[in-house]
This record gives sequence, C-alpha cells and structure tokens, in this order.
Amino acid sequence: MKKAYIFVLGGTSTITLSIFLFVLAPRIQVSRIDSEAMSAQSPYTENELKGRKTYIDSGCIYCHSQQVRDPIAGADKYFGWGRASLPSDYIYDKPHLLGTMRTGPDLSNIGSRQPSRDWHHLHFYNPRLLVGWSIMPGFPFFYRVETSRESPKDSAIRIPGKTDQWIIPSEEAEDLVSYMMSLKRDRDPIKASEAGK
Amino acid sequence: MDAKVIFLILTFSISVLGMLAFVVALIQKQVLVPSSAAKSIFGHGEVGHSELDAKGNMSEQWRVLDQSAKVPILLFMVSSVLWLVLGSVLGLLVSFKFHAPEFLGTEAFLTFGKLRPLHLNIIAYGWLSPAALGVAMWLVPRLTKVPLQNVRTLFAAGVIWNIGVILGCVGVLFGLNDGLEWLEFWWPFDILLAVAGAMVAIPLFRTIYLSKEEHLYVTMWYIICALIWFPVLFVIANSHFLHSGVQQAIANWWFAHNVLGLWVTPLGLGIIYYLLPKIIGHPIASYQLSLFGFWGLALFYSQVGMHHLLGGPIPTWLGNLSIVMSVGMAIPVVTTAINHHVSTYRHFHVLKDSVVLRFIVFGAMSYTVSSLQGSLHSLRTFNYVTHFTHWTVSHAHLGLYGFTSMVLFGGIYFALPRLVGRNFKHPELLNLHFWVAAAGIIIYAVGLGIGGWLQGQELQNVNGSFEQSVTITMPYLVIRSVGGTLMLLSHCLMLYNVVSILRPEKNEVAK
Repeated sequence: MKKAYIFVLGGTSTITLSIFLFVLAPRIQVSRIDSEAMSAQSPYTENELKGRKTYIDSGCIYCHSQQVRDPIAGADKYFGWGRASLPSDYIYDKPHLLGTMRTGPDLSNIGSRQPSRDWHHLHFYNPRLLVGWSIMPGFPFFYRVETSRESPKDSAIRIPGKTDQWIIPSEEAEDLVSYMMSLKRDRDPIKASEAGK
Repeated sequence: MDAKVIFLILTFSISVLGMLAFVVALIQKQVLVPSSAAKSIFGHGEVGHSELDAKGNMSEQWRVLDQSAKVPILLFMVSSVLWLVLGSVLGLLVSFKFHAPEFLGTEAFLTFGKLRPLHLNIIAYGWLSPAALGVAMWLVPRLTKVPLQNVRTLFAAGVIWNIGVILGCVGVLFGLNDGLEWLEFWWPFDILLAVAGAMVAIPLFRTIYLSKEEHLYVTMWYIICALIWFPVLFVIANSHFLHSGVQQAIANWWFAHNVLGLWVTPLGLGIIYYLLPKIIGHPIASYQLSLFGFWGLALFYSQVGMHHLLGGPIPTWLGNLSIVMSVGMAIPVVTTAINHHVSTYRHFHVLKDSVVLRFIVFGAMSYTVSSLQGSLHSLRTFNYVTHFTHWTVSHAHLGLYGFTSMVLFGGIYFALPRLVGRNFKHPELLNLHFWVAAAGIIIYAVGLGIGGWLQGQELQNVNGSFEQSVTITMPYLVIRSVGGTLMLLSHCLMLYNVVSILRPEKNEVAK
C-alpha cells in the first residue's frame, strides 16, 4: 500500500472538516433560527404542494429564484420583489427552491405581487400574450382550448384579443397557480419577543 | 451535551487528525519528495523522447499494462462519448429555446424545464464522470507498473453506473425528480451511482497494494482522493432526510461545487500531470510545487461552495468562509499553472506534432483562467453583479468544457490507439475536432460571459427594470447557440473517430 494511506487519511480529513462546516454547522445554527414561532409562513395546503411538485417537474427553478437579496447586493427591492429573505421564510420548503438563476424574475412574493389567478393561467398558457418581451416557455399542454361564443365552463378564461377562444385549466394548472398564490414571503417575520422567546 | 460542544470537539479532532497526517507525511518524506520521482512515469530510455499519438509511435514496453483492462475501460470511454453526443444535442436545444421560446414547446417532455436538467445530468454523470474514470483507471497500471486488478469489478461498476444514469434520466422525464440542482436524479437511482463509484475504488486500491513502486506519482494522489471524495459527497447530499429549508440550499451548493472541485477537477488535473510531461518527453517543471497544488486543492476547494448563495438568507460567516477559501484557491491554481505552463513553454514545438498535447494544453490553460475567474467573482463586489446571471453559466462551461472536457478528449485520444492496438483511420479529423471545439467554447464562453455581465449590471440598476435585464442578453444568447453548434459538431467528429478506430481493418481480421 506504501504511501497511499497518507492520501486516504488526508483526503478523508479535509472532506470531514468540510462536512462539519457546511452540513452540520448550518444545521445546528439555522434550525435554531428556523423556529416555527418566528416564521410568518404557514404550511402549504395539499393543492399547493401538488402545484409545488409541478413547479419542480417543469424545471421552473432553472430560471426563477426564490430568494431576495439585501439592497446592498442588488436592485431586488426596487423591482418590487419584497424584503430580504430570512431562513425562517423557508421552514416548510422541502426540497428548497431558492434557485440561483434569474433569466426570469424572482418569485419569492409572486402571490402578493400578482394576485390574479386568471393572469397566471393566461401567462402559463402563453407568456407572450401578456408580456411581449418574455422568453419563458408556454405550458399549453396544461390547458384545453375551446371555441365558443359564451363561456363554456366556470373556470374558462377568454384568450385576450379573441372573441370566441377560451382556455380551460387542468387540475395541474389550478394547483400550480395555487402554489404561485401561496408565495408571499413579504410579510414581516414575528419578532422573537412576541414569539415568546 | 450541547450540540455546539460536540461540534467543537469534532472539528478539533479532525484538525488533529489532519495534523497527524501531515506529520506522518513529513516522516515518510512525502512533503519534500525527490525530484527524481517526477521521472517515474518514463520507461527505459524514454526521457527526452515524446510518446506521440496517432503516428504509430506506440511504445512496446507499456503494451501489457495498457491493455490489462481493455473491456471495462472501453465500456467507460465509449459509453461516455455516446452520452456526450446526446447531452450536447439537448444542450443545443435548450440554448435555442432561450431565443426561440416557442421552439418545440407544445409537448411537456420537450419543454425547457425538462431538457435543461437532462443536459446537465447527462454531461456531469454520463459524459464527464465515466470518461474521467475511464482515462484515470487506464493510467493506473502505467503508474503502478502492475496490470489492473479486479477487472470484472470495474466492468460491473461501468454497467451499474450507466444503468443509474439511464434510469435517472428517464425518471426526470416522468416526474421522478428530487428537485435539487445537480441532484435531480431520484435518490434510489443515485444509490446505483454511489455504489458504482465506490466499486471503482476496489480495483484502484488492489492495484496500488500490489505495486512495488517506491513513490506514488502525483496523478495517483488526485485519483485516490477523488475516488474517496465522490461517494462521500454523493451519499451525504442525497440523504434528503438530513436536509431542509435554507440548510438544504447550503448542502445543495456545498455538493454542487464539490462535485466539480473534488471529483471532476482532480481527475482532470491528474490526467494533465501524466499526459503533459509524457508527451513532451520531460518531467514537469517542479515536482515539489505539485504537492502544494494538491493539498491546497484538497483544503480550499472543499469549502468554496457558498459563493453560490451570497446575498441570500445564509449565515454571513459561511459566505465569508467560502470567499476566503475561493481566494485561497489561487495558491493551488497558480502552483499548478506554473508547473503546467512552464513545462509547455520549454517544449512548445511538440504542440506542432501532437494533437493530444493541444487538447491537454488548451485544458490546462482553461483551468488557470476559469479558476482565477472563479476566485475573482467570489468576491462580493463581483459576485453581486454576476450572481443569478448567464455569467455563471459561461464560467461553468469554461471549467467543465474548456478544461475538463478538452483534457478528456485528449486523454481518450491518447488511450484508444494503445488500448486497441491500432491507429485512428483519419488522424487529421482529431485535429479538426480540436479546432472546432476550441472555437466553439471560446465563442460560447466569451459571448455568454459578456451577456451575463451586462445582465448583471441591469439587475443592479435601481432605476431600471427587470425587462432590460432580459432584452439586453438576447444577442449574446444567439452567440451562445453558435458556439454550442460548433461544440456539437466537434462531438460528432469525435463519435466518428471513436467508432472508426473500434472497427477492425478488413485485412486485420484475416491476420
């Protein structure tokens, strides 16, 4: 074996040190801040969780972050994306969806920023119907299109610019929009004193 | 006992363990190694002579060692090239979708959000990992002077690894997705990759055990540690029950940067440390420096991941620690750079004769550039601009393509003729592959880098709007597709080269 064990020993100790610093230490520190009492968030409902799964499967994370930076780091606040994020905003997030890319805007508080369900449905169906410069892919396969003079169904939404074309959201689309609506990370966290600490 | 106290005690114990390793290394004279050790890669009468490629200049003294694990090595190399072509087709489709969002947009399985993770995972786990393992394990007999042991275990590892990647990809298409970047494969499929990765270590350590060499050459240090690091990283990051919320984001990026720094990079560097001096025909410039390069990488690179979350809701000390470590990376990078580039500079004319050396030198240069770029943009001033932008994507491609992939192209082209015992049918196509790939990655990295920087400036502009940050990148996204097209073309050439060398000549069959 000769001198291989030096590299086995050294390699193991550097990786172990890194595990302690980057996996265990944050767990100890962040979980303390992460008390439910401090968080302004509430647990996701069943539909919101289903929508969250669709968000993951559709790869939204590759273009949208869910973390707002302090004003010192970027113009996030001036784009209307809300206050800087806190660890307690994410206590119900598993897996985390913080994201590291902003090809599209941050979605931390999209539920507060864009409260219209119809807007979201049309935007998912074809983003360029509402936002001309958008490069987001559409999700037309989440919708059924019907031609009719009158609304064919309660949930139907008329396509802008058309008099007789309607989109009817699937269950997946409804859940996804419910998840969008649930993203309201602009509420103030509960102060430690009020949380009984 | 308080968790903090346990944590402190454990950190202390590890530091002591590391010190112990250092002391043992001192006693064993590993810290100051004899520079004659740098010559250990040369056979009888080989110093001063170039081991050339594609010119029929294949040294007989290595033949037995080179072909001791022919089948599994071929499995690793050929499967990786197939994955490379598939992965780059997907990459190019994804790139098109940035400037043509309606392109192939009517089917759920062809949307950007499905193809993007497939591209990344296929390149990382289908191309880079098995290709690096293939070349590295092919070098092990040359470095230990012992035929590779446990050949069947290695073959099984290759099969299990590929099954893991196939299942992982199909899973992502059908909604089995763990939802974390770099860790999308559903965790039960990840077990296959972890097991296969650990299985590769068996032939490695068995072969080292039988070796009678006085000294382990620098390439072996990187291979040994990479094969220890990968299974540990992969298992901890995929143990999803351990992680949640912001802490999971921290563990996620700890893994995602370490899989580059402690897995792909060491294997790539190890291959450079072997092939560069071997083809030049002279030992590397300073063997002592390579020790600093190695231990510096082991210490610093394992702690840089948090620069991916600067400005986010992570503890400040963690971000600062990663910035310090990222800047510290300049030490191993510069020492490695001196070793590589001084060696090349002294024997620059060999580049004219060897295509493989061109790939290797291009890779070594990209490693220096992308690493120093990485140190620079981990600083908060730079990071606030480049974070969340295409700059990061450009940087990742410079590292994984300009450095690692180019080195692996060279490594595979060096190994294949010696592995199958015949030359490439059209050696000039290797050269064409080099120039098309080099042009592609330069266009890609420079174009997208500029686009990303401008995008970042707009994301800083408090009087601007998000819209501007999107529209300003459009021309650069098109340039990226141009670079990507060239890269894909070069991979098709490679596939042709690999397939053609595997097919025996007609008269050869008769022999």
